[in-house]
Amino acid sequence: MSMHPGRRLLLRGALTVAGAALAAPRRGLAQAPAAAPAAAPSGPFSLPPLPYAADANEAAIDARTMEIHHGAHHRAYVNTLNAAVAQAPQLASLELDAVLANLGQVPEAVRTAVRNNGGGHANHSMFWQIMGGRGGQPGGELMAAIGRDFGGWDRFRAEFERASTTQFGSGWAFVTVAREGGLAIVQKPNQDTPLMDGHRVLMGNDVWEHAYYLRYQNRRAEYVRNWWNVLDWGKIEARYAAARAGTLKI
Amino acid sequence: MAFSLPPLPYSANALAGQNMCQETLELHHGKHHNAYVVALNGLIEGKGLAGKSLEQICAEAGKQGADGLPVLNQAGQHWNHILFWQVMSPKGGGDKLPGALEAKITQDLGGLAQFREAFKQAGVTQFGSGWAWLVIGTDGKLKVTKTPNGANPLSTGEGQPILGCDVWEHAYYLDFRNVRPNYLDNFLNKLVDWEVVATLLQQGGMKSGQSA
Ligand SMILES: [Fe+2]
Ligand SMILES: [Fe+2]
Repeated sequence: MSMHPGRRLLLRGALTVAGAALAAPRRGLAQAPAAAPAAAPSGPFSLPPLPYAADANEAAIDARTMEIHHGAHHRAYVNTLNAAVAQAPQLASLELDAVLANLGQVPEAVRTAVRNNGGGHANHSMFWQIMGGRGGQPGGELMAAIGRDFGGWDRFRAEFERASTTQFGSGWAFVTVAREGGLAIVQKPNQDTPLMDGHRVLMGNDVWEHAYYLRYQNRRAEYVRNWWNVLDWGKIEARYAAARAGTLKI
Repeated sequence: MAFSLPPLPYSANALAGQNMCQETLELHHGKHHNAYVVALNGLIEGKGLAGKSLEQICAEAGKQGADGLPVLNQAGQHWNHILFWQVMSPKGGGDKLPGALEAKITQDLGGLAQFREAFKQAGVTQFGSGWAWLVIGTDGKLKVTKTPNGANPLSTGEGQPILGCDVWEHAYYLDFRNVRPNYLDNFLNKLVDWEVVATLLQQGGMKSGQSA
């Protein structure tokens, strides 16, 4: 995903707190989610709008989770990344992919901030992009690659779910794609991404607790199972083709 | 022997008036903490843990680096949560610290306000899941630190914790959503039982009483 300076997110409706409190009386919400800061630090990176309505992924993810996840968590990564880049202006003109693939060249003073928040920005931008669909299975070359590299659809799913449920603490499960089309499943902690190893990401699932806690609480495995139902395989097939063509971004 | 889930030292709705709701405590203790206990018990035989204390297991696993993580993840989280339940209470909070604790905090950390700010910063800057700590360091001085995931100062060799705050999102997501700084303020201002912290200081740390 390229950067779009000047893009601004318009939240679809206010984040209402009262509804959740009424629906779950044993819950006390002490604090409303953080609103967007009045004057977010400007910078080269911006929050991409969700490419669908917040309730588009209800089959796996509730609308409130989508709103907070995108409007507060992802937004915070973007803002903190911009603040870090302001300390190292030489990074501002680079593609995020290139920055993450060469973290060793990022000035030490901002390296951890760029790793965490640049990773967070890249991971979430990819994550929104591949959802909004109705699940099912991919076709064509991607399905053939899954058969070749994992021994079939069921084994691919099982291995990806295993990577998702066994990542201890916050992190992600990814499928990487090589230029020749080979696929591999990788776990990463926190906001690290295979981009940091110079690999391309075909798809990935966020298994930080914030991704699923409001609906699933401790039941990560159930979230991970349901997540397949909202994937847009058309988008993922397009990413696969772009990776093979050498044009895939983030 | 096996490890066991100690009961909460108060009812599950006891902290609701201090912004830790019943559902949070029920899930956190009955599901999350319990899962660590069950997983740890499942490792006793295969990892040769029989006869060892929980503290010893944390320290040894910490020395093994990445190889020790499968044990440390579960053992550390069992120890960490035992401490966490103890240092909160319905009568927690406030600025009145037992004299010896207050004097020690002032001497080593500059005062209660400075301690609170340092502890909050430790919790806010622990990226991803983990813990913020007040420990009796190996030099005998109090110090504030943080650890990722299931690690703790026993496993890093930094000292003996006398206060710990869980900053995994499961600890605060129902009550505070994404706003971790407010959860930490609430913990420090409304939940910490300073009498318990003072007792742990006097005793030189917490003994879980648990062993494999
Ligand atoms: Fe996330
Ligand atoms: Fe916890």
